[in-house]
Amino acid sequence: MSHAATVDQQHPHAEHHHEEHSYTGIPNKKVMMWAFLASDCMFFGTLISTYIIYHGKSLAGPYPAEVLNIPVTTASSFVLLMSSLLMALSVAAINRQDITKFRLWIFLTGVFGAIFLGFQSYEFTEFVSRGVTLQNNLFGSTFYTMTGTHGLHVAIGVFWLFSWFIYSFFGNMKDKATDIEVAGLYWHFVDIVWIVIFTVIYLVEFVGVTS
Amino acid sequence: MATSTEVISTGGHAHTHSDAPEMGMLGPRPSAKTGVWSWLTTTDHKRIGVMYGISALLFLVLGGLEALMVRIQLAVPNNDMLVGDMFNQMFTMHGTTMIFLAVMPLIAAFFNFVVPLQIGARDVAFPRLNAFSLWVFVAGAVLINVSWFAGGAPNGAWVGYPPITGPQYNPGHNSDFWVMGLMLLGVASVAASLNFFTTIINMRAPGLTLMRMPVFVWMTLVTNVLILLAFPPITIALAQLMMDRMFGANFFNVAKGGMPIMWQHWFWVFGHPEVYILILPGMGIVSEILPTFSRKPLFGYPLIVFSGAFIGFMGFTVWSHHMFTSGMGVIAVLAFSVTTSIIAVPTGVKIFNWIGTMWGGNLRMTTPMLYALSFIAMFTVGGFSGIMHSAAAADMQQHDTYFIVAHFHYVLIGGAISALFGGIAYWFPKITGRLMDEKLGKFAFWVFLIGFNMTFFPMHILGLNGMPRRIYTYHADMGWNFWNLFCTVGAFVLAFGILFFFINMVHSFRNGEIAGDDPWDGRTLEWSIPSPPPVYNFAVIPEVTHLDDFWHKKQTGKANIPWDGKLIHMPLSSYYPLIVGVGMFIFGMGMIYIKDSVMFALPVALGGFGLMTFAIFGWALEGPGGEMLDPTKESGAHN
Repeated sequence: MSHAATVDQQHPHAEHHHEEHSYTGIPNKKVMMWAFLASDCMFFGTLISTYIIYHGKSLAGPYPAEVLNIPVTTASSFVLLMSSLLMALSVAAINRQDITKFRLWIFLTGVFGAIFLGFQSYEFTEFVSRGVTLQNNLFGSTFYTMTGTHGLHVAIGVFWLFSWFIYSFFGNMKDKATDIEVAGLYWHFVDIVWIVIFTVIYLVEFVGVTS
Repeated sequence: MATSTEVISTGGHAHTHSDAPEMGMLGPRPSAKTGVWSWLTTTDHKRIGVMYGISALLFLVLGGLEALMVRIQLAVPNNDMLVGDMFNQMFTMHGTTMIFLAVMPLIAAFFNFVVPLQIGARDVAFPRLNAFSLWVFVAGAVLINVSWFAGGAPNGAWVGYPPITGPQYNPGHNSDFWVMGLMLLGVASVAASLNFFTTIINMRAPGLTLMRMPVFVWMTLVTNVLILLAFPPITIALAQLMMDRMFGANFFNVAKGGMPIMWQHWFWVFGHPEVYILILPGMGIVSEILPTFSRKPLFGYPLIVFSGAFIGFMGFTVWSHHMFTSGMGVIAVLAFSVTTSIIAVPTGVKIFNWIGTMWGGNLRMTTPMLYALSFIAMFTVGGFSGIMHSAAAADMQQHDTYFIVAHFHYVLIGGAISALFGGIAYWFPKITGRLMDEKLGKFAFWVFLIGFNMTFFPMHILGLNGMPRRIYTYHADMGWNFWNLFCTVGAFVLAFGILFFFINMVHSFRNGEIAGDDPWDGRTLEWSIPSPPPVYNFAVIPEVTHLDDFWHKKQTGKANIPWDGKLIHMPLSSYYPLIVGVGMFIFGMGMIYIKDSVMFALPVALGGFGLMTFAIFGWALEGPGGEMLDPTKESGAHN
């Protein structure tokens, strides 16, 4: 227990108080995030299953094939996936303690996430104007609930990333590599879920139409 | 740290931090060691456990009173005390309260108090998240019960099937309270599970390998994995119902093509693991009590552990046996019938292992032991009727009759509550430092056991005679009169059994015999430290070398570990978990009324959300903090 010594050197905001206890050697926060992501898989699994079960069961239009816009969503998906690359660069930078680069990459990750949310707002507005509403049919109910939940995850992630960006100007980033990595795990997961959602909603809809 | 002088003058804590005072967004951190604020801001797993336990027992009383009302209404035919909707509210709230507000938090109380002690840790992995779970649980529990004073309690049964709970047939706020309350309780449960999963994986003392963990810790681990994987489906189903009710979506609206059967699937994908969430910790508790009072190691430890994990896994493969009458088709019914029968195997393995543990042991018939024995016997009865349900053809006849009511009360009261009361009696000396009175304890046990069987055994007969669940009255010529009256009398006997148990708790807390560190000659680490434990639990983190390590150390004369002179680092208290809980409560109240008056409800919801966000940032910025304690100067337990 080299504990008393290490604590004294730490900043009051130090996050590592418990990590000396780690039986596995993996930081507590990382274990918790992996467990949370397992739980989140079930969240999205339920939403995606509901969408698939209700697919083609709407009694009134507009039907998905009439409104889904693959080129626009491909662009927004590309932005979201590129944000994962930027997130990886942020984690690498904080691991090197290169704070300037870290700030740049984490800021851009958040911006790319915000651009994705912008696309989503545009898409929702566009769909509503074409008659797809939560109340209108099953497609509307399932589409908005599922993509809305995903959008909420992205929005939480964007707040989280920007918070770290701002914190890096006045807080001590020395022992924060684990925290950034944990935020990264979350961010990559949200991106991976989008790949599944994009496939299920947008790509599968047009199987047999284009080929 | 700002208040170190205060602390030294009251508790004698030695502080080695000399940094600037830790300031949060609300000024200095809470520093009280006694009084109301010390409890509201605590991050100590033992205090949080005690608060979980007290709230759970209060809700057990409330749910019990609701049950008595139901039984009074059904005591005689054509009774008109609780008619129609009032009866629906009463049994809905009885089920919801007992499952989510009584048994689950009572289990959480044991997780909190016992698990860190059994794994040789000084706290859980995330002490503030632990406080957060408690306060969000309280927020959800209060929110659901506010409905009694706001136009009517939830009335769609604890399973909440739409369209009964849908906006078309249930336009009041009854089900809105249910939906929002259960979502908050889900957040609390998932947060607690993340915490305990991490704690058990990462916070074990050196040498405490997985296969040296006490069975209670194992069952906690399995239970928490079940919570992590089973709560999301119900949370999404509740969100879908909320979208239907508050924003006019169509998930369960048949007129727009929605399928109410989907709710049943999501509900039971959660609901069946949920009943294992309720029973596995009880199995863990019994696996601690039996070896201690048989003075033998647990028979077949690995088999018990693997059986528990297997039951947990199989819990996800049997949900549709709750839906045999829903017309799923032969293949589905057959598949779920088979998987359900398979559950009997690991359960039987456990029961035989418990019997093997007692076989040839030096049995001491203390109160905890009696409850553990009652668990085995009563759970076996409930298990047998469960196997009867797995035969789909028989289940078609039993579905929604009192036979089912008899079955699940045998596993939940005879099983879960027996084990949990046994657990209270077993760990009471560790929690309070005083033993529970044995004479009163045994008396309360027998009243409980007799009352329980009087109440629920005749329900098998009523069910086989065709009495359906959830009816508020019946005709005098149905042939159900005698047993219904008998059940009602039994319910009052059972209530007195529980009342005597509570009286014993209060009496023993004040006047009980001083317990000492190890009153039962225990086998696991919690008995190696003082009762009640000091705030830091272990002055020195133990090195574990065996299963039942403390027992082994006592046999080899290594039980007393001298303090190594190193100061002990403990996390600080915090205001923020409580504030997040309050914010979530306000947010939930706003959401419930959102369809009535956006002008009024939306600002309330946004205000609650804002408070929650503020507190989360405050929480993140203050950090876990820490103070250094000197065990020789520390006055001991804060509770």
